[in-house]
Amino acid sequence: MGSLTPLDFVVILLAISVLAGVLGAIVGLGGGVVVVPILTLLFHINIRLAIGASIVSVIATSSGAAAAYVRERMTNLRTGMFLEIATTTGAITGAYITTLVPDKVLFILFGLVLAYSAVAMYLKRHKEVILQESNDWIANKLNLHGSYFDEAEQKEISYKVTGTKPGLGLMYVAGLMSALLGIGSGGLKVPAMDLAMHLPMKVSSATSNFMIGVTAAASAGIYFARGQIDPLIAAPVAIGVLGGATIGSLLLGKMESKWVRLLFVVVLLIIAAEMLQRGI
Amino acid sequence: MAKTVSYHDEGAASKAAMQEEKVRRVEITISYVLRIGVILSVLILCAGLGLIFAHHPEYASKLPYNKVVGLQGNFPHSFGSLINSVSKGEGSGIAVLGLAILILTPIMRVAVSILAFIYQRDPAMTLVTSFVLAALLFSLFIR
Repeated sequence: MGSLTPLDFVVILLAISVLAGVLGAIVGLGGGVVVVPILTLLFHINIRLAIGASIVSVIATSSGAAAAYVRERMTNLRTGMFLEIATTTGAITGAYITTLVPDKVLFILFGLVLAYSAVAMYLKRHKEVILQESNDWIANKLNLHGSYFDEAEQKEISYKVTGTKPGLGLMYVAGLMSALLGIGSGGLKVPAMDLAMHLPMKVSSATSNFMIGVTAAASAGIYFARGQIDPLIAAPVAIGVLGGATIGSLLLGKMESKWVRLLFVVVLLIIAAEMLQRGI
Repeated sequence: MAKTVSYHDEGAASKAAMQEEKVRRVEITISYVLRIGVILSVLILCAGLGLIFAHHPEYASKLPYNKVVGLQGNFPHSFGSLINSVSKGEGSGIAVLGLAILILTPIMRVAVSILAFIYQRDPAMTLVTSFVLAALLFSLFIR
């Protein structure tokens, strides 16, 4: 890769970013988890600059895909807004403590959390528990319940939301990880909504994508001021991921929930292994 | 008596339909904010990248990329240096402007949501969303 010109670099990075965007939009991740290892391992880019580009791609995926999902009414806006209380607070905490915690500890911890999420999702993969009643007072007070049209099943599915307190707790951790590692941490957001709060899988995925941008914006300003956002890296990543996210959001509505979930499990395991490897 | 009850039910149903319509309008407005921010930033990013290569023909021929990519002196990373670079028409400054707009898009989205919830007369969600905006603005000022 040493003989590439800057133009070659930008063109190759653009192509890789399109693929990262498609994957990211389908599984509810920011695409940064694909971009960071490629930049560091393949192109030998400094990890801090890779994280800076990654956080921009996270925002790009979120805004690009969320615009499509909101139109399709797949996103639960009220639940997303409510949970952003925790993700932004977590992100700010993360920005404060990032200098105190060794990276190795974080990578190992994050790898374990992702592996746990993947196993938990795999075990639950055939039963999606959709509630018709909820006695969660916060969910009832803020009316976080919703419905969406499922293209695969060709019918309107209505659902009730529960577990707002564990949801908030998990989202705080997701926000913390987002700021510390420069990722969207959809890997923590989706299970928090899917498993703890009983949102349907596709709604969880779309709402996660919608929230990720706000969480990432909370740390992107800091990365910018630290000089971690190089336009020659971040611009092709942002453009590519946006294009990919648009394609990915079109695919999501047409896929069976089971396949979205299985794909998500595989992606989580790959990222978990990669994180652990970097920590050890 | 039965007539009054059914009249009341009709009123409640049309109220629910109106609420649904309001929610739909909020969703579409937010969708537009996101889409405009995204389209605008992509156009500016493409222009910036184009200018970088137009101003530096050597980037397309002989130089290895690691002599150019990842050098902090090559691009602005403060508000002042960004303005300065854009006003000089530098490609790197224009590309960074596109990135800055992308970063501000979700923040704008939250601001629009507050207005939407005020319009919907939903004080609880207005408070929730205001907290999120306050947290985001706070994050822009910490280092």
